[in-house]
Amino acid sequence: MQKNLSGNGKPLLELIGIDKSYGPFKVLKNCSLNVRTGETVVIIGPSGSGKSTLLRCVNQLEPADGGDLFFEGRRVDYDKRNVHLLRRDIGMVFQNFELFSHLSVVENIMLAPMKVLGMSRADAHDIAVELLGKVRIPEKADAYPDEISGGQQQRVAIARSLAMKPKVMLYDEPTSALDPEMIREVVDVMAELSSEGMTSLVVTHEMGFARRAADRIVFMESGEIIENASNSDFFGGAVNPRTRHFLDQILH
Amino acid sequence: MSLELVWQYLISPAFFHGAVTTLLITLYSLVFGVGVGVVIALLQDSQTRAGRTLALIYLWLFRGTPVLFQIIFIYNVLPTFGIRLSAMVSAVLALSLNEGAYMAEIIRSGMQAVKKGQRTAALALGMKPFAVLRHVVIPQATRMILPPIGNQMVGMLKLSALVSVVAVEELMLVANQTASSNFRYFEALTAAGIYYLVLTTIFMGVQALIERKLDPKKRRKGPRISLTERMLGTSRGAAVR
Repeated sequence: MQKNLSGNGKPLLELIGIDKSYGPFKVLKNCSLNVRTGETVVIIGPSGSGKSTLLRCVNQLEPADGGDLFFEGRRVDYDKRNVHLLRRDIGMVFQNFELFSHLSVVENIMLAPMKVLGMSRADAHDIAVELLGKVRIPEKADAYPDEISGGQQQRVAIARSLAMKPKVMLYDEPTSALDPEMIREVVDVMAELSSEGMTSLVVTHEMGFARRAADRIVFMESGEIIENASNSDFFGGAVNPRTRHFLDQILH
Repeated sequence: MSLELVWQYLISPAFFHGAVTTLLITLYSLVFGVGVGVVIALLQDSQTRAGRTLALIYLWLFRGTPVLFQIIFIYNVLPTFGIRLSAMVSAVLALSLNEGAYMAEIIRSGMQAVKKGQRTAALALGMKPFAVLRHVVIPQATRMILPPIGNQMVGMLKLSALVSVVAVEELMLVANQTASSNFRYFEALTAAGIYYLVLTTIFMGVQALIERKLDPKKRRKGPRISLTERMLGTSRGAAVR
């Protein structure tokens, strides 16, 4: 997988010293992470390690308590009047898909471009159809979410996020709620986007995806980033003992 | 016992206007009741303690006293405070305020039933909170509260009969007055009963139609409510008075 990641110097996304607490419980401790344009970073770790919370700090669904967030070189402080502007450039895919149950597949994809970007219905429809083709389920355009399989729902969710033409895609355990035979179809879409240069930050347990598509792999535990290694280093075996311990547990 | 007289009553202007008045009272009370319900529902979740307390007191008062009491109170007691309202307006006011107390609970449960993840996904797409409410939460909540609101509607039609005690010229009053003038209770009340049944059946039909329109493939989240269950009011969402 040959990707040109030299970019233009500054990373697309910089998380510096991120802290987050829920009451007395410190979920994120001084987490720092850079993601360059076009890079795919996979975050792994045990549950409760704060991986999803870190992801949600990026699009400020969970605003950080401390530390800085830089997006496209500009500092982004949490401002609830303007946070929606940041989120237009950041796509997010959730473990439980969260398709809008009252809308058909194509309407799900069209909603945000129309209501957020003010796109016309016709243009939004064209984009929706094109994206459905890209995620390989064009025939399900008029189906409703509860009529399609989990793997199909997740692919629609990816298409829905892509319709906003985001600069970075966040995936929060996208395959954890899927039956095993459906994981492949979703991972294939993610890997394809990755190789096309979509900057991606993926929280997952799918080590196969990580090996295939990740430029770097980050290991988190108890709210801290323990490891931040390139794909070759990571799968070459040069890892921190705590990382090794976790990997031994999940690779069986 | 004269079925001929029943028929006479059915087609008489007095009974017909009585039925129309009943229908109007019901519709006005429904509309204002939903309005009051929305306000109270929002107050219940308000950021201020004053708002929440106000809502609770309201609910306590209007769910804790009989509807008949509220109707008579508003009609007879408000004038002592200088507010003189016609019988019709008092009736609609009382029914709306009462209905609002039950609607508030229905609306709240509908809003809360929309999964938090749906809101999160909408926010993640860059929608502002109001847009999330408008395009995701309210459409879903509306579909969920339609069955209970339909039940409320049918219930209100029947409750409207109570306003006869403050001399509103609706169906019940007309039937009673007609019967007491010539003691033909069977005929007068049968005619009224037929009107009520026709109206409630139409309401239930309209409700079923609306539910099917909003749920085109009949993908029901809950069990289908048969006509029998609707009429007996035993299905979910039936309010306890």
